[in-house]
Amino acid sequence: MSDATLPFVTEAENRVAVATQRQLIWWRFRRHKLAMVSGVIVVLFYLVAIFADFLAYAAPFETQASRSYIPPQGIHFFTPDGSLEPYVYAMKGKRDPKTFKLAYVPDPSTIRPVRLFAHGYAYNFLGLIPTDRHLLGVDGGKPEEVLFLLGTDQLGRDLFSRLVLATRTSLTIGLVGVSLSLMLGVLLGGISGLYGGWVDTVIQRVIEILRSVPTIPLWMGLAAAVPASWPPQKVYFAITIIISLIGWTELARVVRGRFLALREEDFITAAELCGASRLRIIFRHMVPSFLSHIIAAISLALPAMIISETTLSFLGLGLRPPAISWGVLLQDAQNLQTLGLAPWLLVAAVPVIVVILAFNFLGDGLRDAADPYG
Amino acid sequence: MLSYLLRRLGLAAITIWAITLVTFVIIQLPPGDFVDAYVAQASAMGTAISAEEAHALRLLYGLDQPLWVQYVKWLGLVAHGEFGQSFEYGRPVSEVIGDRIWLTVALSLGSILVTWGLALPIGIYSAVRQYSFGDYLFTFIGFVGLAVPSFLLALIIMYVGFRYFGMNVGGLFSSEQALAPWSWAKLWDLMGHLPLPILVLSLPGIAQLVRIMRANLLDELRKPYVVTARARGLAERRVILKYPVRAALNPFASTIGYLLPFTVSGSIIVSVVLSLPTVGPLLLRSLISQDMLLGSTIILLLGILTVIGTLLSDFLLMWIDPRIRHGQH
Amino acid sequence: MAEPLKVEPILSVRDLRTHFFASEGVVRAVDGTSFDLEPGRTLGIVGESGCGKSVTARSILRIVDQPGRIVGGEILLRQAGGQVVDLVTLPVDGKAMRSIRGGEIGLVFQEPMSSLSAYHTIGNQLIEAIRLHSGLSKQAARARAIELLALVGIPRPDQRVDSYSFELSGGLRQRVMVALALAAEPRILIADEPTTALDVTTQAQILELLRRLQQERGLAVILITHDMGVIAEMADDVVVMYLGHEVEKGPVDTIFHAPSHPYTRALLRSIPNVLAKPRERLATIAGSIPHPYARPPGCPFHPRCPEAMPGVCDKGFPEETQIADRHAVACFLYGRETA
Repeated sequence: MSDATLPFVTEAENRVAVATQRQLIWWRFRRHKLAMVSGVIVVLFYLVAIFADFLAYAAPFETQASRSYIPPQGIHFFTPDGSLEPYVYAMKGKRDPKTFKLAYVPDPSTIRPVRLFAHGYAYNFLGLIPTDRHLLGVDGGKPEEVLFLLGTDQLGRDLFSRLVLATRTSLTIGLVGVSLSLMLGVLLGGISGLYGGWVDTVIQRVIEILRSVPTIPLWMGLAAAVPASWPPQKVYFAITIIISLIGWTELARVVRGRFLALREEDFITAAELCGASRLRIIFRHMVPSFLSHIIAAISLALPAMIISETTLSFLGLGLRPPAISWGVLLQDAQNLQTLGLAPWLLVAAVPVIVVILAFNFLGDGLRDAADPYG
Repeated sequence: MLSYLLRRLGLAAITIWAITLVTFVIIQLPPGDFVDAYVAQASAMGTAISAEEAHALRLLYGLDQPLWVQYVKWLGLVAHGEFGQSFEYGRPVSEVIGDRIWLTVALSLGSILVTWGLALPIGIYSAVRQYSFGDYLFTFIGFVGLAVPSFLLALIIMYVGFRYFGMNVGGLFSSEQALAPWSWAKLWDLMGHLPLPILVLSLPGIAQLVRIMRANLLDELRKPYVVTARARGLAERRVILKYPVRAALNPFASTIGYLLPFTVSGSIIVSVVLSLPTVGPLLLRSLISQDMLLGSTIILLLGILTVIGTLLSDFLLMWIDPRIRHGQH
Repeated sequence: MAEPLKVEPILSVRDLRTHFFASEGVVRAVDGTSFDLEPGRTLGIVGESGCGKSVTARSILRIVDQPGRIVGGEILLRQAGGQVVDLVTLPVDGKAMRSIRGGEIGLVFQEPMSSLSAYHTIGNQLIEAIRLHSGLSKQAARARAIELLALVGIPRPDQRVDSYSFELSGGLRQRVMVALALAAEPRILIADEPTTALDVTTQAQILELLRRLQQERGLAVILITHDMGVIAEMADDVVVMYLGHEVEKGPVDTIFHAPSHPYTRALLRSIPNVLAKPRERLATIAGSIPHPYARPPGCPFHPRCPEAMPGVCDKGFPEETQIADRHAVACFLYGRETA
């Protein structure tokens, strides 16, 4: 029907009528405020992961037994005369009069100004450019000695810097895990949905079996099989493969479901009747209409991957030191004595919870937006 | 109906077989066997074990034979309820596991009952009073339940209990009852300790099920049969509880298929953190020390119990869904 | 009404307004509808989809879904004792309203496939409805349910009573729906598109059933449909609705032989005619129904009206004018503008 016969179609309707699928999804997604905010948070987390070395100010492996369990120290922003000049107090070794243990305490007599883009430990920016510039640093002295934004662990390593670097590990392991899961899921789900028949039956039964088995004991078994002598990179990939073995069933289910639903759709039949080739139908008509579902499924699968890695590492079956991940950091916070002594070690729980929540909201928003006409 | 039953039984049998195979293979994966670990441990403690002694140990446990022989041998023993000897404890596996498996079952079943018992009314409330304050509150709690991994929740609760209430919330028994033989007093003690781990364990499941129940019920509430039931003059409460809730119950009930494995999985981790005397900490230990028969037995028992539980839930589903009962599915 | 009617209407709808308050705006689904239903007669409400027919039916039973609300008007029901009650003033989930729903007014709905619960036997649902309004014992209610199933022409009713809805065909399900609507022996039956989802043969059977029941029991029937053929076959009086307004009402013969509103004429032209010449194009109504949030100003039909008068029809709202005995039209061709 031409627009001429529809004098009362509003401007908005006109836009909807001619909008592309992508625009429709975007419009619907924009209506989910929580999902939008979550999307921004997820992007920020990945920026942290990319620029982790720049954001960290203390060398992550530099240990110093005497700096063990220093509580978080804030930055003072205003000098006593009121001008904005961020500084921290230097730390001073003080012997406890009763236990004779040396403990570091802030020393208000010595002030260390905090500087932006200061020199610190050397690293390769984005893995390419050698530099020693970091976002934060201090004048006169190493930041490792005075800057303790989130405190230190038992070995005197700065928790903030380690947390930033752990973000990189934990987030990328999720991405790599999801990519592997996705390949398995799309391949098997696609075959299952496209061919049907006994192939479909077999794949569905395998998925059913996998879903009816308690997975955690199984991955504990698999993860325990990773030899202790392996280097961190090798362990990283082994753990990634293990957690992606669990995640693919859900993605395969989504892909198969979409294939089955789309096969029955009128517009696919219409394309077939128009003589479109099979490949054209799959890539021009089917894939665009379920790509959004896949993206939504991915953003819901990612947090599951992150939880898996964190859980395994926490139990001591996943990544192991010297690798740094959220789970490895939380492993330090395992027993009550340590927690009583250094409750700030639990801070690694915060990014875990925030990022998982953000991914869940984002995934929900995407899933709702994925059906733009629904 | 009979074919549905048989299909489920067949699938359960295949699943159990797959579990036996996979668990056995898993434990075989790491290079080196128990004897290697034992030798390493002994030398770390300062006692050397000679090659002959190691060989004798391997013969004793049948580790020198091909894998499939070990598997078949083990399978034959398992069929008789003989799970073999734990290398690490030097005692029969069944004895080492002992009550722990039943405590795991109690913990998991308790959690599932709590999950359902809470998720059902909350889900109904959230759907019927959509966008009310309560709905938002439960949605928020639900998201927290989804986002906080169970080990973290256990850790935080343990810390809060310790820091602000000065109590140790770990364990399932108080210290004086832990080693005592079973008695009414010990059972009572257990009952006092169960609620917290059960709550920790059931929260993620509750969060998921509330979301499922809410979404399904919202779908059902828009269906024409609700309008016609209302048009017949039924009171609103009765309309909702008898018709749409009944229909939404079905996808809800079918979630037990993965709620059970999910809960059993969670119980392992929660038990490790809260040091509960279930099979969880034992499994972790056996895996780290590569105590093959103990580890595989635990995984096997958990798997089989889960499959049986799922099978029972399938029958339950069949009983409540007339469409399956009448062979429409 | 200008002239007094000979028979007291059993149900009078006066200036009913039901609006939906969505976040995007207010949809005036029913916006000032009035009609009378007389005992023993069939009132047909006809119009395109989205014109407010179903919302009118739901408003009468006070089962309009959120965010819809009756914002004005009266629905006067003359009860068996002769007293008149305004349904708009009754509490929605109160006892009085519930006893009217199903008890005095039965509803047959357009979706026989999903209007019955798949988890309860049809007997369960029938017995529930019977006992709700009668207080019969379980056994008596069951006997009555079987009787009702037989009444609506279901074969082997004593076995069917224990069937589930998914075991029945669409036509049988709609018969069950009729039985359910009649469970408490209401005096009014509202049939909302009762045949839309059925095939042609089954449609004819259901219409035949409704007509038989009406004659046997003296029911007053409100038949809601978009199908002028069904109206011609069933109705005694007709209300033509467009965008929540009634545009014309009158006895069925008048509507068919002397349609006065351009919309009614357009509707009648769009009925396929077996006597038409080969390859003659079927007349359609130009344009489509405007978007609910973007109602045209003035007479709602003027953008699609072949006889629209520029400067008149797009300015004011036409008042309903009595052009003959029991025949009223809301159109500037016949009357003046409302204030």
